Amino acid sequence: MVITDQVVEKKELDLDFLTATIEEKGTKSAALIPILQAIQEKYRYLPEQAMVLVAQALGLSAATVYGVATFYAQFSLEPKGKYVIKVCDGTACHVRGSLPVYDAICKKVKLVNGKFTTADGLFTVETVSCLGACGLAPVVTINDKVYGQMTAEAITMIIDTLEEGGAQQ
Amino acid sequence: MITTQGQIQDIQKRYNEALERAKARILVCAGTGCVASGSPVVYEGLMAELKKRGLHTTIDCLLEDEHATSGVTVVNSGCHGFCEKGPLVRIEPEGILYTKVQVGDVGEIVDAIVEGTLVERLLYHDPRTNEVFPHEHEIPFYRYQTRVALHNCGEIDPEDIRAYMAHDGYQGVAKALSMTPQQVIEQILNANLRGRGGGGFPAGRKWTIAASQQADQKYIICNGDEGDPGAFMDRSIMEGDPHSVLEGMMIAGYAIGASKGYIYVRAEYPLAVRRLEKAIVDAQEAGLLGSNVLGSDFSFHIQVKEGAGAFVCGEESALIASIEGQRGMPRPKPPFPAVAGLWGKPTIINNVETLANVSRIMIRGVEWFKSIGTPNSPGTKTFALTGEVENTGLIEVPMGCTIEEVVFKIGGGIRGGRKFKAVQIGGPSGGCLTEDQLDITLDFDSLQKVGAMIGSGGLVVMDEKTCVVEVARFFMNFIQNESCGKCTFCREGTLQMLKILQRIVDGNGTLEDLDLLVEVGEMVQIGSLCGLGKTAPNPVLSTLENFRDEYLAHIVEKRCPAGVCQGLKRFVISADKCKGCSRCAKVCPVGAISGEVRSPFVIDVEKCIKCGACVEACKFMAIEEVS
Repeated sequence: MVITDQVVEKKELDLDFLTATIEEKGTKSAALIPILQAIQEKYRYLPEQAMVLVAQALGLSAATVYGVATFYAQFSLEPKGKYVIKVCDGTACHVRGSLPVYDAICKKVKLVNGKFTTADGLFTVETVSCLGACGLAPVVTINDKVYGQMTAEAITMIIDTLEEGGAQQ
Repeated sequence: MITTQGQIQDIQKRYNEALERAKARILVCAGTGCVASGSPVVYEGLMAELKKRGLHTTIDCLLEDEHATSGVTVVNSGCHGFCEKGPLVRIEPEGILYTKVQVGDVGEIVDAIVEGTLVERLLYHDPRTNEVFPHEHEIPFYRYQTRVALHNCGEIDPEDIRAYMAHDGYQGVAKALSMTPQQVIEQILNANLRGRGGGGFPAGRKWTIAASQQADQKYIICNGDEGDPGAFMDRSIMEGDPHSVLEGMMIAGYAIGASKGYIYVRAEYPLAVRRLEKAIVDAQEAGLLGSNVLGSDFSFHIQVKEGAGAFVCGEESALIASIEGQRGMPRPKPPFPAVAGLWGKPTIINNVETLANVSRIMIRGVEWFKSIGTPNSPGTKTFALTGEVENTGLIEVPMGCTIEEVVFKIGGGIRGGRKFKAVQIGGPSGGCLTEDQLDITLDFDSLQKVGAMIGSGGLVVMDEKTCVVEVARFFMNFIQNESCGKCTFCREGTLQMLKILQRIVDGNGTLEDLDLLVEVGEMVQIGSLCGLGKTAPNPVLSTLENFRDEYLAHIVEKRCPAGVCQGLKRFVISADKCKGCSRCAKVCPVGAISGEVRSPFVIDVEKCIKCGACVEACKFMAIEEVS
């Protein structure tokens, strides 16, 4: 996954990108999810205006697009952080202690109850059902890079290096 | 362009000859597990080391001026299954397996190959007996396995189509094309291949229905939406042997008269998506996929569709809705997808493992397939063996082998010598089996009898340190999150069951709660449309039946026997050790600790929020956690 550094304001929509994406994926209703996936990857969320434009291009109601966008876990209506940390809470990871790892991450990046993205937009912390790397439980991924056999201490050190990197930019 | 089976066999012959000329072949596991443990660096390191010493060679049998070589070739392979011990490196032709290889080890490995010796410290050591096993096939984890669907996983470079052909690849489809579609269906029917995605419905019967439909377009969908927490067999096949999935789809397409196929893959499996896409391009370029396959009239096109994160999309009709661009919600059946599926056209949906088996059956024949497994469940089943066993990883065993064999022979027993408690099979749709049920055989019918199911094949082993009530709550939480919301009983019933389970693990449960759980659970089973809801109560109902004592301990004694449930933990200050320094009382965020300085303090359990701050603050280790 390519992470764009710019923080996208809701008004700054790249119309050329949208047009090109719709042209590439087509305007059949089956293209809706692939188009939304491309938008999610670029902006790290689905801007409302983009959803409206996609609905028009595909001849769908805005409500239909919103319905699809809110059904699937991959889509987010709020911008996600630069680093998306996914803590696997599948059975194997759960049994081997994924929740203490999750708690350690939240404590480390100072996420208060109910929030998933840090105020500076650097980190989003989520749990996922299963990443399919059960042999390495507990598993954490940060922007698709897999870290196995995690402990509270190990993940804290990894986040330290990311924070240093993030501060330099 | 390849247009005949003879050409495939020619490539196979030349590739294998080229392989024999090499002194050794190093297979570096490039499955998700080993990649995470650092196998790409090991691969690069081996490559650099071989090049530095002038030993490196590549196997490229399509080169006309193939030169004899005695060098060493190094390739990335699919998942070897023994993820826990990764990164794994295997040396062929001897089959020597090195575990936990780091980049610093590459020099020694190359030395050993040149000198014909072993790097002793990297070999597998049995954790119990300390016996050393140099060869992969001798290691207990592998010794008791039979590999059919995983036949090529870890054996070949998944990104090299010629390596697949060298292992009989694409000869199954060639054979199918020499038969009539009806004959192909009969082969699969005779083999009694049952769907590996969980239900165990005979694949041949599904195909028969779709084949008999009159339609201008039919579809094959490969279901790679492996969403069960704790299962990763399909991911390993898609990553480790993508061509076998394509070949299975092509055979299915020919049998029912479909010309288009989709592979629906979970978004969480980026590596599988990449490998499948490469395999499609390579097969098209070789003339094995696309228009006029192998010079015949049969055309077949495959496209990969990435899921967007919804567990319910593993259900056939929800998966179809998702491909069509809608919310992935199931619809009532009939009509079944084989009659009216994707865009209303006859559609066959087979699981990844089922399709990988199709290729093998066509190549090796029906009789061979039926010689493995049991009469009602022929063949093998892959399982993701995880949890508290010594050897976790991906395994494949003949149907009919017992749970005991899997947990203790292949899995090597419970970690750290602790006691076995239960095995959870079938993920959120399955159940928990106890020690008394260890002799149950793993096949579709025996498991159904005891209220469990093979499901997709997750086997999570639990020891005495795992709380089954908490595990039941965990699955219910998962299902509750993933319920699509269409059926009231699934949407609301699972929520109520979750609330009850939460109450119990928090220590606020009552005895009536247990009856209520059964009652609501039975209603959810009856009142739900799709498999997700119908099976959702299984983990709760099976643990209630097999581990009622543990539920009672939580409710009556307010105690978690495994010592897991936070809500039932208590902190106590030992009067002997407490010096009365008052540090704990100062750090307690809720003012639950009181006492006179220089005499023992006490914790008010009613006020205590179990944050543990006092334990950390105490200099005399006077505060203990009890459950």
